[in-house]
Amino acid sequence: MGMTLTQKILAAHAGLDEVKPGQLINAKLDIVLGNDITTPVAINEFERAGFDRVFDKEHIAIVLDHFVPNKDIKSATQSKQCREFANKYDILNFYDVGQMGIEHALLPEKGIVTAGDCVIGADSHTCTYGALGAFSTGVGSTDMAAGMATGMAWFKVPSAIRFVLTGKFSPRVSGKDLILHIIGMIGVDGALYKSMEFTGPGVAGLTMDDRLCICNMAIEAGAKNGIFPVDEVTRAYLKGRSQREPVFYEADPDAQYEKTIEIDLSQLEPTVSYPHLPENTHKASEGSDIKIDQVVIGSCTNGRLEDMEAAYNVLKGKHIAKGVRGIIIPATMAVYKECILRGWTTAFIDAGCIVSTPTCGPCLGGYMGILAEGERCVSTTNRNFVGRMGHVKSEVYLASPATAAASALTGYITDPRKV
Amino acid sequence: MNAKGSVFKYPDNVDTDVIIPARHLNTQDAKELASHCMEDIDKDFVKKVKEGDIMVGGWNFGCGSSREHAPLCIKTAGISVVIAKSFARIFYRNSINIGLPIMECPEAVDAIQAGDTVSVDFDTGVITDETNGNVFHAQPFPPFIQQIISAGGLMKSIKAKQ
Repeated sequence: MGMTLTQKILAAHAGLDEVKPGQLINAKLDIVLGNDITTPVAINEFERAGFDRVFDKEHIAIVLDHFVPNKDIKSATQSKQCREFANKYDILNFYDVGQMGIEHALLPEKGIVTAGDCVIGADSHTCTYGALGAFSTGVGSTDMAAGMATGMAWFKVPSAIRFVLTGKFSPRVSGKDLILHIIGMIGVDGALYKSMEFTGPGVAGLTMDDRLCICNMAIEAGAKNGIFPVDEVTRAYLKGRSQREPVFYEADPDAQYEKTIEIDLSQLEPTVSYPHLPENTHKASEGSDIKIDQVVIGSCTNGRLEDMEAAYNVLKGKHIAKGVRGIIIPATMAVYKECILRGWTTAFIDAGCIVSTPTCGPCLGGYMGILAEGERCVSTTNRNFVGRMGHVKSEVYLASPATAAASALTGYITDPRKV
Repeated sequence: MNAKGSVFKYPDNVDTDVIIPARHLNTQDAKELASHCMEDIDKDFVKKVKEGDIMVGGWNFGCGSSREHAPLCIKTAGISVVIAKSFARIFYRNSINIGLPIMECPEAVDAIQAGDTVSVDFDTGVITDETNGNVFHAQPFPPFIQQIISAGGLMKSIKAKQ
């Protein structure tokens, strides 16, 4: 029986010729990742179990991104614990304030992850790297600890849903609108335990930043991973970037899929997920009576250069509405610097926004933009659960950078094609 | 191994942000985390929960972030088992890895009411609602996962193999 792209990568890493859905395997890991929230718990587990060496200091990545620059003494203590562990074991890919970025923007950008990899990360959005043609999935801290000690993890081989993409996006429609549309269609557990494999002629027209955004939110449909085939866009992105030699896998022509869903990209509209689930999708054009207090543009979902460019194209030469707080957070130091060099940071500030150094900050209600009772935020982040960005009676509306920027200009949820 | 306790019942898609809000993730202290468990959807949970009590949820329980703090704080709060229609995959994995018993049984979830006294036999997968005598059967874990659970979690299972 033919295998899906995900199954091919898992079989190779388990040293098997073939794997089948539901099979439990042990697979070799190329990268084990953690952040400043999940790594301390993993370190405790690692040390409690009595391990005194990591499997390979070059195949572990620790990125301080959630609460840095540290917001309080407790978070500073957690960062310190990560820093000391990274120093003790000489972890090659340790990123602290000054070099860090939001992990899922940073790892692809630095070439720490590459095509054909098998990656686990103690962060649910680790599924992002499927954009590069890698298998990558989120796990917890204990899995991270076991991965750091042994270089292995157990997996149940997933079945897959195939999304066949055709056509091209209309102007101001992006990867975020596609993934929100898909989650709206299949629900927040529509791909539970499964792979989401994207294919079809429409893939060629998707930029790497679009693909990273789409795979990033696969977890929001419950998926184990999201994955794109390797093509010219992938090869161009990886060239001169990968720390290791990429391996290009392909799905077998006779691979079995649980379901195939066709999507014509040209039919998609700017899409917004209303509180309190990402599946609660609406057209941005329907939200013109929903008044907002804050806009956040950033995160592992939408803090990359193209996201900043989309925001810039909407905001340049204009000013956000009175009473709206605009918070823009480039996801890595490289993106941050590029925004300065291109004059976008000046345009954002002139438009009335603040521009922060990289942090997950407000996305998970950490800091840098917490909402009070009754406040509403249009955000390019990935979750709009109860209390996600602050008070339990605050509301988060998930949208693309273009939609978020357009909404900042009017003070209401706004279709970016209308400004 | 068995469990018996009274039931706290929650809806579909209980996410890890309501199980333990991220504003409390600046600590790894299990007791401190447990003191905030479920506070954004059920302020009374931590006041009412007793050692051995049982949590019941709908589809996709534990969706959202990978924070292991979520199953850890449920376990530390005293919950002996979580019964749901389905679990989000990272929560499922984390629960097995840290030794929080979980069971998937949609029929039991539909029938069991908040406050019922329920007992669970982990070896047979039998769930009994002692308030009305109803009996349900959950799917047992595959042997590979049983072995992690009986070793006392993932790290102990790995150590035992070395």
